[in-house]
Amino acid sequence: MSSRVESQGSKTLKRVALTVLTFLLMAIMCIPGLWVILAAFRPNGEILAKPPVWIPENPTLTNFEKIFGFGADQVGIPVGAYFTNSLIIAVTSTVIALAVGMAGGYAFARFRFRGKGAIFLGLMLFRAVPGIALSLPVFIIWSRLGIIDTKFGLILVYVSLNVPFTIWLIDGFFRQVPLSLSEAAQVDGCTAWQAFWKIEFPLARSGIAAAGVFAFLTSWNEFALASQLTRSTSSKTLPVGLLDFTAQFTIDWAGMCAMAVIIIIPALILTFLVQKHLIAGLTFGGVKG
Amino acid sequence: MAEITLEKVVKKYGAVNVVHGIDLTIAHQEFVVLVGPSGCGKSTTLRMIAGLEDISGGIVKIGDQVVNDLPPRKRNISMVFQNYALYPHMNVRENLGFGLKIAGESAENIASRVADAAEILGLTPLLDRTPAELSGGQRQRVAMGRAIVRHPDVFLFDEPLSNLDAKLRGQMRAEIKKLHQKVRTTVVYVTHDQVEAMTLADRIVVMRDGRIEQVGTPMEVFNNPRTTFVATFIGSPPMNLLPGKITGGQVRLADGALVPVPDALKSNVEEGQEVILGVRPDDISPVGHGLSQDGPGAEVSLTVDLAEPLGMESLIYTHLAGQEVLAKLYGPRIVSPGEVLNFRLALDRAHLFDAKTGMSVRAL
Repeated sequence: MSSRVESQGSKTLKRVALTVLTFLLMAIMCIPGLWVILAAFRPNGEILAKPPVWIPENPTLTNFEKIFGFGADQVGIPVGAYFTNSLIIAVTSTVIALAVGMAGGYAFARFRFRGKGAIFLGLMLFRAVPGIALSLPVFIIWSRLGIIDTKFGLILVYVSLNVPFTIWLIDGFFRQVPLSLSEAAQVDGCTAWQAFWKIEFPLARSGIAAAGVFAFLTSWNEFALASQLTRSTSSKTLPVGLLDFTAQFTIDWAGMCAMAVIIIIPALILTFLVQKHLIAGLTFGGVKG
Repeated sequence: MAEITLEKVVKKYGAVNVVHGIDLTIAHQEFVVLVGPSGCGKSTTLRMIAGLEDISGGIVKIGDQVVNDLPPRKRNISMVFQNYALYPHMNVRENLGFGLKIAGESAENIASRVADAAEILGLTPLLDRTPAELSGGQRQRVAMGRAIVRHPDVFLFDEPLSNLDAKLRGQMRAEIKKLHQKVRTTVVYVTHDQVEAMTLADRIVVMRDGRIEQVGTPMEVFNNPRTTFVATFIGSPPMNLLPGKITGGQVRLADGALVPVPDALKSNVEEGQEVILGVRPDDISPVGHGLSQDGPGAEVSLTVDLAEPLGMESLIYTHLAGQEVLAKLYGPRIVSPGEVLNFRLALDRAHLFDAKTGMSVRAL
């Protein structure tokens, strides 16, 4: 009896310790983001106050009004244009990376071809190179090609950054879909193409969604290469636009945080929308078990 | 008419030959079982009939049509896979109706045919469940339902019962047989289990190393195995094979013991020929405890090494001519190791194979 009480006690202790640990980890991850969001809704003075003011005393939407060009003070930053650029670049590069990733991932998962292992390893090695290391060669080549400071140039960079990862991730998910399902569908009257879309695609959907979220967030958040390759309003993305808030002697922290919130929101919405597709284990039960 | 014809069918993977030019005709409405050990090419043959494997050489016909280059969907076949291959993101109703939907059938037609198939297989209460919510036997039935709902010309079964436990396997075997009696479609069924082959087949095709060893009804294959391989593969426990030499109209076994050559086979053997004497365990029994007591026989005293009582019969391990031999005792008598018993070999049911070729002397 006593040992049972004891073990229950140690269980409770374990649970408490785990909760505290989780809380600490979450705090480390979330507090900077939370601080940015809070800062977006208060004046510059309060942001820089010492000691820090944690809960906004004068919550305000002025920062957003300013960057969107409403109200008395206006910041001369074309947030709308940046947002549109970011959206076009991120969505287009994600769609292309997913299309290539699905085709490539499927090919790696299902077909045998010469040099398969080497190509796969090559893709992984390419992904291991930090993007910034490529910035100078990319800059030189892009300028020769005349695609510096264009959306197309940036889309091309993001596609090539994302494709190795989407292929790798989607390959793993297609491998989990038993080949016999596609064969069964073909015996049931499907073409190979129909079998892919009606059976294999829905079952690998969670992997494809995960790859899509990853590719989108990479493109959406990327700063280093974008800051090198874009100059003008017609191609600058939101993260690069953040630099517009810095002047020679001042930084408009409040405006910058407001813009950061604008950057975060679509990413959050996307992740939220796709999260139900991220549930793995969908293929369980279709074959023997 | 859904007759299936294989003419000199070959399957190669690169330089490796997996199926070596087999010829086989499967009649309309016939239930044919391809049986053999792993790697004998039986599944590959089935998959070539299905169109899931390319044919490296020869011709496959379904009805009068050569189907070599037709995709699976144009062959009007359906197939039950070893792992069932149910679509996990669809419920049972959708799984059953999938093929009909792809074929563009009307919703009412699909509903009524799904209902019919579900009724035949007892799946009606399960129609709204997903495969993950079904037991092994239920999944198996859904896989069969998906096959019958399309009214195909040919059913193909690829080791459909190998993932089930012994009891369920017996039940499903009976269900498959009943199903065939009800729908009378041509069936090609692949298994490595000779019991399934014996119980289900109209004709058995025994395969080995990409070649057909023997084709025949279960009783033909059991009673007249063409080769030592078939003799040991079909029938459980396997046939005892004792090497010997024809000496003066008798078989001289390794230890010098002489066994008369069965009358029916006398004209098929020559003096001095190296042979293998095949006797099924059922045909070696202690005197008074065998299946057949009349007909020609030979008696020999053997020592029991081990006995496995199975209720109304016992399996006895003994040795003859320096080789382990299995015998059967019919009746509730208990025997113990070390006991010496007088065994009777039923010679009219014995087999003789040529030692060099492994072929039955009947077939030579």
